[in-house]
Amino acid sequence: MASDAKTATSLWSGGGSPYAIGSKKFGMWLFIVSDMLTFTALLVAYTYLRMSTATWPTPFAFSPSIIFSTVMTLVLLSSSLTMVMAVHSMSHGDRGKTVKWILATMVFGSAFVILHMMEWMHLIRDEKVTPFSNPWGEPLFGATFFGITGLHMTHVTIGVIYLGIIAAGVGRGKFTYEDVEVSGLYWHFVDLVWMFVFPLIYLMSVKM
Amino acid sequence: MASHATHVHTPPSGFIRKYVFSLDHKVIGKQYYFLALFSVFLGMFLSVLMRFHMTYPDAKVSWFESLWPVGAPGGVMTPELYLSLMTMHGTIMVFFVLTTAPQAGFGNFFLPIQIGAEDMAFPVLNMLSFWTTFLALLVMCAAFFVEGGAPLGGWTAYAPLSALGESAGPGQGMGMNLWILSIALFCGASLMGAINFIATTIDLRVPGMTLMRMPLTCWAWFVTAILSLLGFAVLLSAGILLLMDRTAGSSFFLPAGLVVNDQILDHRGGSPLLWQHLFWFFGHPEVYIAILPGMGLASNVLSVFARKPIFGYKAMVYAILAIGFLGFVVWGHHMFISGMNPYTSIAFSIMTMAIGVPSAIKTFNWVGTLWGAQIRLTTAMLFALGFVSLFVSGGISGIFLGQPGLDLYLHDTYFVVGHFHMIMGVAAIFGMFSGTFFWFPKMFGRMMNETLGKIHFYLTFIGVYAIFTPMHVLGIVGNPRRYADYKTFEFMGQLLNVHTFMTHAAIFTAVVQVLFVINLFWSMKKGAKAPDNPWEATSLEWSIPSPPPFDNFGGKHLTVQHGPYEYAVPGKEKDHVMQVDPA
Ligand code: HEM
Ligand SMILES: [Cu+2]
Repeated sequence: MASDAKTATSLWSGGGSPYAIGSKKFGMWLFIVSDMLTFTALLVAYTYLRMSTATWPTPFAFSPSIIFSTVMTLVLLSSSLTMVMAVHSMSHGDRGKTVKWILATMVFGSAFVILHMMEWMHLIRDEKVTPFSNPWGEPLFGATFFGITGLHMTHVTIGVIYLGIIAAGVGRGKFTYEDVEVSGLYWHFVDLVWMFVFPLIYLMSVKM
Repeated sequence: MASHATHVHTPPSGFIRKYVFSLDHKVIGKQYYFLALFSVFLGMFLSVLMRFHMTYPDAKVSWFESLWPVGAPGGVMTPELYLSLMTMHGTIMVFFVLTTAPQAGFGNFFLPIQIGAEDMAFPVLNMLSFWTTFLALLVMCAAFFVEGGAPLGGWTAYAPLSALGESAGPGQGMGMNLWILSIALFCGASLMGAINFIATTIDLRVPGMTLMRMPLTCWAWFVTAILSLLGFAVLLSAGILLLMDRTAGSSFFLPAGLVVNDQILDHRGGSPLLWQHLFWFFGHPEVYIAILPGMGLASNVLSVFARKPIFGYKAMVYAILAIGFLGFVVWGHHMFISGMNPYTSIAFSIMTMAIGVPSAIKTFNWVGTLWGAQIRLTTAMLFALGFVSLFVSGGISGIFLGQPGLDLYLHDTYFVVGHFHMIMGVAAIFGMFSGTFFWFPKMFGRMMNETLGKIHFYLTFIGVYAIFTPMHVLGIVGNPRRYADYKTFEFMGQLLNVHTFMTHAAIFTAVVQVLFVINLFWSMKKGAKAPDNPWEATSLEWSIPSPPPFDNFGGKHLTVQHGPYEYAVPGKEKDHVMQVDPA
């Protein structure tokens, strides 16, 4: 059949990756799809609870809360930029530069986690916010806040460790371009999740 | 091509690397199989205890007391113990048997071979996913031994019961925490497995193995993996929130004004319905995760032993895809009486009926495959036919349950128990039996005993219908589900005879399974040596030795020239054309 001849050469007819990407990268994409659903479920749960609560508090003052979290956002965004640079350097095979850019990404990532911890500490110690109570009423405010930002922070922390492993390997001449690219994918994904968390958790809780 | 070069490997030599922390998909597949085999017998043992209690609620059994000093004081089972047995039975069966053997067991062993690959795309991830599943099983079993024992809330772990601590009953303390932990681990393991299966199917097919030349088993494993990837991700979120409610004092699933043990709880703002939504968003796809591999397998086996191409291969593929998609939009049919807007009910009901269409397409195609065929009635074939029978029996009751008006009455009765045991429980198990008899020669290099196999089939087939058919009637009469003692209601006293019948049928069926175990282990040691292709089947696993060598194809570069079901092709003198035969 004529169509057989055609399929025999088509991308989907076997003998290689039809997406023209390595399996590792494809695997990371699949993980991202799955992890995106995990976060989506949390954000939907948050929306569901918030919509059904008439007295949901909006306690974050523009200054300092929103300014502080905006700085956190900028730090995280910068880390994505340095990650792009890392992948770019690796594409030219410049391992020394790649390691430096990954280290820069790790510094920004760690800075984000530290700032975030400071914010948590402030909320817990000074504002008395916990998963079961807060000074503004609805106890679920604290629960959703800590639950969602906590899971995100865990992802950033794991990402920093992951990048550390990649940097060490690249330095010793071990990992390939694909490995760096795949770690970059994860990193940008975690950054992207924050771009949903930030408006939904922070900007929608600005004190009017 | 590059992806093939990345995992060239030589067989490991040490015992640990070869059999314990093996990276070989065939060993991992067997590990999953035996994990599920252990679990299915544990689960069956629990179910026999439950059935025994239904019929003889006051019986004093001394070893009950030795096993559960608190749960069975004086040897009499308390309702709490009954509920914990029920919870563990359901959980172990759904997660560690139905989700494990058909997909991770057979799938691991045969997906790479059927598409011509040397191994899965990520062998290390594969090993990790098995050992994570193993750990999850250990944690689940540990729930029996902690203070308070195993949890009571059923495999669905409905809030608010599951979100409260010990105050809600024995087993709702540490036991429930372990349950959630185990399920969270299981989610992680399934996720790793799903990524592996999808990447393998997409990337590792040999030249010529187009998607539309894959055996239907591969299609089923592939779509099941997609369902796992999406479903377990959401269950993980639900688990995280539930664990927070229990350990951090939050109230995601706990509304205000809840009174437990005459005390108003200090929680407010949450919603038990939220748990139901999150759980069933996973839960309905989960029932297809359990059954799809069985459907793929049954299609395969029917075609092989009918010596005919599967009727409507393309329709079968599209039906699997349609079921996979529709499976995500029908979860509300489990919540018709949970307080749902009637319009929403109608929407969910219509979607649920819609899923009957691809299910019916599959059934008609199975029948079409059998039509006018010269059937070879092997044990594998008998179990595949049993699968179709059970699937139809359970599917029909599903249509009843999918009507909100009827479900109002039937929900939480034995009718539902009958429905899902027929269609998910036993049908999937028949799929596994069929798979075992079909693939045993390839997995272990020997043949199973057909006579013993057939006796086992007929007795089991009669047994399961005897257990589960009366349940539909009980449900229609109004016998509630998840109840430990029916004597409290007068009208149900009259139903005791039916319960007694089902209990005896259950004990009978459980005993019959000994035949299977004997057959399995005896054949492993003493069965006749299996030829490469004992069933004269066409897919790739039958073109290599039984059992397959370490790298499956001995480094040969295959090309596939044929579809998977070329039996009795007009104009060909051979009765079947192997996929690797020259064009
Ligand atoms: C035509 C197809 C089907 C329809 C219309 C259908 C419909 C339903 C409905 C409406 C319920 C909820 C009953 C209630 O709780 O009141 C239900 C329960 C259930 N179904 Fe199905 N179903 C179908 C196929 C399946 C399949 C293929 C499986 C598994 C392989 C399955 C497994 C289950 C399970 C496990 C439950 C009970 C869950 C629980 O409450 O523990 N169903 N089904
Ligand atoms: Cu359902």
